[in-house]
Amino acid sequence: MRITVNGCEEDISPCSLLAFIEAKGLAASGAVVEYNERIVRRADWNRIQLRENDRLEVLRFVGGG
Amino acid sequence: MWEAADTMENDTLILGNKRFGNRLFTGTGKFSAKSVIPRMLEASGSEMITVALRRVDFASETENILDYIPRQVTLLPNTSGARNEGEAVRIAHIAREAGCGDFIKIEIITDTKYLLPDNHATLLATETLAKEGFVVLPYVLPDLPLARRLEDAGAAAVMPLGAPIGSNRGLETRALIEMLIENLSVPVIVDAGLGRPSHAAEAMEMGADAVLVNTAISSAEDPVAMGRAFSLAVAAGRMAFLARMREEQKTAVPSSPLTGFLS
Amino acid sequence: MIRLDSFRRTDSFQEVVSHFEAFDFEGYFSQVTPAQVALSLAREKLHWRDFLNLLSPAAASLLEPMAQRARKLTIQYFGRTMQLYIPLYISNYCGNECVYCGFNRTHRIRRRKLSLPEIEAEAAAISRTGMRHILLLTGENREITPIDYIEAAIRTIRSRFTSVAIEMFPMETEEYVRLKAAGADGLTLYQEVYDRQVYRRVHLAGKKTDYRYRLDAPARGAAAGFRAVNLGTLFGLGEKRREAFMAGMHARYLEDAYPDTETSLSLPRLNAAEGGYAPDFPVDDRTFVQFILAYRLFLPRLGITLSTREPAALRDRLMLLGITRLSAGSRTGVGGYADPDQGKAMQFQISDDRPVSVIIQAIRDRGLQPVFKDWEAI
Repeated sequence: MRITVNGCEEDISPCSLLAFIEAKGLAASGAVVEYNERIVRRADWNRIQLRENDRLEVLRFVGGG
Repeated sequence: MWEAADTMENDTLILGNKRFGNRLFTGTGKFSAKSVIPRMLEASGSEMITVALRRVDFASETENILDYIPRQVTLLPNTSGARNEGEAVRIAHIAREAGCGDFIKIEIITDTKYLLPDNHATLLATETLAKEGFVVLPYVLPDLPLARRLEDAGAAAVMPLGAPIGSNRGLETRALIEMLIENLSVPVIVDAGLGRPSHAAEAMEMGADAVLVNTAISSAEDPVAMGRAFSLAVAAGRMAFLARMREEQKTAVPSSPLTGFLS
Repeated sequence: MIRLDSFRRTDSFQEVVSHFEAFDFEGYFSQVTPAQVALSLAREKLHWRDFLNLLSPAAASLLEPMAQRARKLTIQYFGRTMQLYIPLYISNYCGNECVYCGFNRTHRIRRRKLSLPEIEAEAAAISRTGMRHILLLTGENREITPIDYIEAAIRTIRSRFTSVAIEMFPMETEEYVRLKAAGADGLTLYQEVYDRQVYRRVHLAGKKTDYRYRLDAPARGAAAGFRAVNLGTLFGLGEKRREAFMAGMHARYLEDAYPDTETSLSLPRLNAAEGGYAPDFPVDDRTFVQFILAYRLFLPRLGITLSTREPAALRDRLMLLGITRLSAGSRTGVGGYADPDQGKAMQFQISDDRPVSVIIQAIRDRGLQPVFKDWEAI
């Protein structure tokens, strides 16, 4: 199914948000996830099943002035 | 020297619900290596540091910058990347949700030539975020009527630029910053353009409440030493300012024409 | 959550009182340095913390620079003028038992209430002095001096005066609206003391025991459309710096929430022998001056009123330090203008008993213009 991640479309098989993030190797990295315009806490990632047309923003804190 | 130190003890800057003994704020941008950051913080004693929020690049290594910032240092997320007030507000919400605390530096830049902040959009974002309980530090081109509106809107401080970002030209906007210092009730924190410790000392001597220095430290040959140099400069400038205030009070009129009649 | 640096009409000043009940004034004052006071003094627009700094003991050494700045501000906002007004007590019947007041219901004094013809006679006598701003006062007794009576009194004297203000018991908004329609345009109401515990101790009985009702009354008056509202704390009852602060904040609140209303503050100081009550927190002249200066610096547009409770010499000096309104030729018993032998039972002791003409000269001697008539209703 197709979802949008950080503005780009991606084809994935159905999975939880946690599984998706883990697959990207970001589970322990302090990433912040916005799911359909809502921030989702890490503790709730396993409760969300990704669906067709979901929009994810995966963000992190970086160096900046 | 010790007398000055005594007065300095009570000289804390209050922003939101936090008290800062050190008036040098720093930034995490443009360090050659993130591992330098905690050493720079220790050497400078800076108690607040900016961070930015970006999309993760899935193709590259991801390190969490927050791992490099000691817990007692206050995080100041900035809204860099936002091109309008809506985007700035969204970034602020994300930062707060991510557990970054209530502090937010509003930085909205639409001018790609000089990288000047968009004062109008910054005012709008300040109005929204202050109502939501954020401790708002807006980064702006120094403009007194605008700064008064920012104050009225609930900004915790005003952060005027000394010179355009990266120019390292020091206090080009000195006269305008002086107006802010003399007329606002909220703290004035000079940000951007401070290229040398002497610039920072100058800003504090003028009466600024704090300075924010990022690039001058991070891109120095030795950021740890430069961090310490800036910290000393800020303390020196502040001491000079307080001494001047005390002196001005002492050399008041020798006769007291209006209140001399009191015992 | 109340914003203390910018008040809105929807806030009640009660929230501010509650907020500052938890504030450690002593602790704050103990860490204020003269350098901080100097910084506050240099600001153009003062925050309430600057106001606190100016009220603090540390400011005592900066009185002259404060005075210089206060004088500049007074001239800037008020010109070189001094407004004059005169009080007329029309009744001293009172149902309250305030330990500090000459009209305390337990005091055996001659109680009097003027009839409308008597009020007319007093008004005529007063207007012959040239005074055009009058302040009508009563004790608090709604049976003996109901709103109808007050309304009639205002209508009776209105034509002789440019401005009729009232200093009476706190009323409902609708009642203020009625009295405004009758021709009153100013309201004076002192909270007496903002400290709630002291308030309970000095107001023993009667409707005045209702702290909150009194506190919100000036805002009701402003909402009803009174052009001018005058506040005050009776110095001596409560801890002086706290009281000065709360009175200043009350004025600030009214200025912010009702920008069309002219807000002013009075600074009555309890005299030792008044009503037989010795004040717990007497304010000496130096501190009194400091408070006046702090008010002027914190609130440049604030009117500051001084009554004849203060001695002549001090009043004259204070004319250049931020005072903008003076009473003159006052009698503080009921009536007393048409027939000076009447009105012997006074609310407070008058210290400056100079006739109007002498006070006018004193004002002129100080380079100020006495103003009898500040505005005209068209």
